[in-house]
Amino acid sequence: MHFTKDHEWVRLDGDVATVGITKHAADQLGDVVFVETPEAGKTVAAKDSFAVVESVKAASDVYAPVSGEVIEGNVALATSPETVNADPEGEGWFAKLKVSDASQLDTLMDRAAYDAFLASL
Amino acid sequence: MSDTPLKTTPLNAAHRALGARMVGFGGYDMPVQYEGVLAEHRWTREHAGLFDVSHMGQARVAGADAIAQFERFVPGDYAALKAGRQKYSLLLNAEGGIMDDLMAGKPDHDGLYVVVNAGNKDADFAYLEANLSGDAQLVVLSDRALLAIQGPEAAEVMAAHEPALSEMAFMDCARLMLFGVDCFISRSGYTGEDGYEISVPNADAERIWNTLLQDARVKPIGLGARDSLRLEAGLPLHGHDIDATTSPVEGALTFALSKSRKEAGDFNGADRIAAEVANGPSRVRVGLIVKEGAPAREGAEIADLEGTVIGTVTSGGPSPTLGRNIAMGYVPPAHAALGTDLKVIVRGKPAAAEVVAMPFVAQRYHRKPKS
Repeated sequence: MHFTKDHEWVRLDGDVATVGITKHAADQLGDVVFVETPEAGKTVAAKDSFAVVESVKAASDVYAPVSGEVIEGNVALATSPETVNADPEGEGWFAKLKVSDASQLDTLMDRAAYDAFLASL
Repeated sequence: MSDTPLKTTPLNAAHRALGARMVGFGGYDMPVQYEGVLAEHRWTREHAGLFDVSHMGQARVAGADAIAQFERFVPGDYAALKAGRQKYSLLLNAEGGIMDDLMAGKPDHDGLYVVVNAGNKDADFAYLEANLSGDAQLVVLSDRALLAIQGPEAAEVMAAHEPALSEMAFMDCARLMLFGVDCFISRSGYTGEDGYEISVPNADAERIWNTLLQDARVKPIGLGARDSLRLEAGLPLHGHDIDATTSPVEGALTFALSKSRKEAGDFNGADRIAAEVANGPSRVRVGLIVKEGAPAREGAEIADLEGTVIGTVTSGGPSPTLGRNIAMGYVPPAHAALGTDLKVIVRGKPAAAEVVAMPFVAQRYHRKPKS
C-alpha cells in the first residue's frame, strides 16, 4: 500500500489500483455522511479531485493518487457512507483505477514513511 | 483568519481532558466534538447534552433608563416584559440590518441581562457603550462562564440540583443560588429541546461542569452538534443565515418585532422594516429539504426549475434526526411558498429541493400554558 500527503491510500494489484482515504483522514473527518465516487470510464490524472467525502460539517475533495481510467466506483458508499469510518482502508475504498503509469507509485510514501509523516503533523 | 491568538474559556482544560477536538470559533479555542458529531447530536435529542457556551457575550444593561435606551436598538417590547421573563431580539443597525441576535431578560430588578454571540460581542458592546445615553450603563460580565444543558432529560437533571427549576417555563429567567454560587439561569437554548442556560462565575465553571457530567444522563456536546441541532430547529446562525445586511423581515424573524414597537416605529431601521412588512421584502429566509444527492452547504446557489439562480443557501447539512439533507437560504418571496419546488446547485449539479416549514424537527420547549 502507498500513501499521499493528502491522506489517500492506493493498493496496486496487477494494473488495477484500489484507492481510498486513510484511517487518519477518516478519523479527522469524523462521521462520514455522504460520499460521491467517480463513474466507470472517467479518466483522471494524478492529483485531480475525483471524489468527494462529506462529514456532518463539511465537504472535502479526494484526490487521485495516480493517473488512470476509473473501472469502478464503490457504489455501496452511497447508501452506507459510514463504512468509510468503520473500515477506511478496506471496505471503505472509493474507486478502482486502471493505472496508466505504475511508476507514479514510486513517488508516493510507503506505510513507514506515511506513519512518520503523520507523526510530523 | 487572523493570527490573533485564540481566547480560552474557563473550561478549556476540561475539554482537553475529555479528549475534545478543538477548533477556533468566534475568536475562541472551542470543542467541536468529543466522541463524534452524530452521537452527540442524537444524545442531546434523547437525553441531556452539556455545552460550554462561555464564548458568548454576557452583559447587564442597568440604570434608570436601561430599558428605554436598549429599546432604541432592538424591536422587542422590553418595557412590558415581566420580571422573570426573557425575550429573543435583534440588535439592529441604523439601516435595520441585524448586527446580532440576542437574548435579553429580567432575571432580577436590576435592568436587563443580555447574551450575545461570541463573534459579535466586542462590536455589540462597543456599539451599545457608544450609543446608550442618559442613565443607562453597559456592564460586561467577563467574569462569567455560560453553560447550556439541553435535551428531554435536562429538566430532571437540573431538578436534582434545585427542585424549584422545574417551575420555570420556556423563556423564564431567574437569578438564584445554584451549586452554592450566584447564577443567572433561563429555560431556553439553541437546540429546539427543553433545557437551561446557566451563567456561573468563571471560578466555579469547571466544578459545576464536572458536577453536571457526573450524571449518567449528561454528556458533553461540541459545537459541531450544536450547529446541526440548531439547524434542525430552524434557528438562524448570525454571520451565516442573518447578518448586518438582512432585516428581521428578510430573516423570517418578524415574531421578534413586538406589535407595540412596530406601531411606535421608534427603533433603528423602523422605516425599512415597516416598508418591508407592508410591501414584502426582496428576499426571505426559507427552509429547504434537499431531495437527492449531496448536502447543500453554505454558498450553494438556489435556482428555480428553469435553472435561473434566485438565491443562496446560508446553512445546510444532513439532519441526523430526519435522515435527510436540510438547508436554509434566501429566495424571493414569489418562490418562498411552502411546497415550492426548487433546485440547489451542489458542485455544479442541480438537485431537487422543496421549500418546507421550519423548524425541520419539532421544538420541544417547556412552554407555559396560555392563561
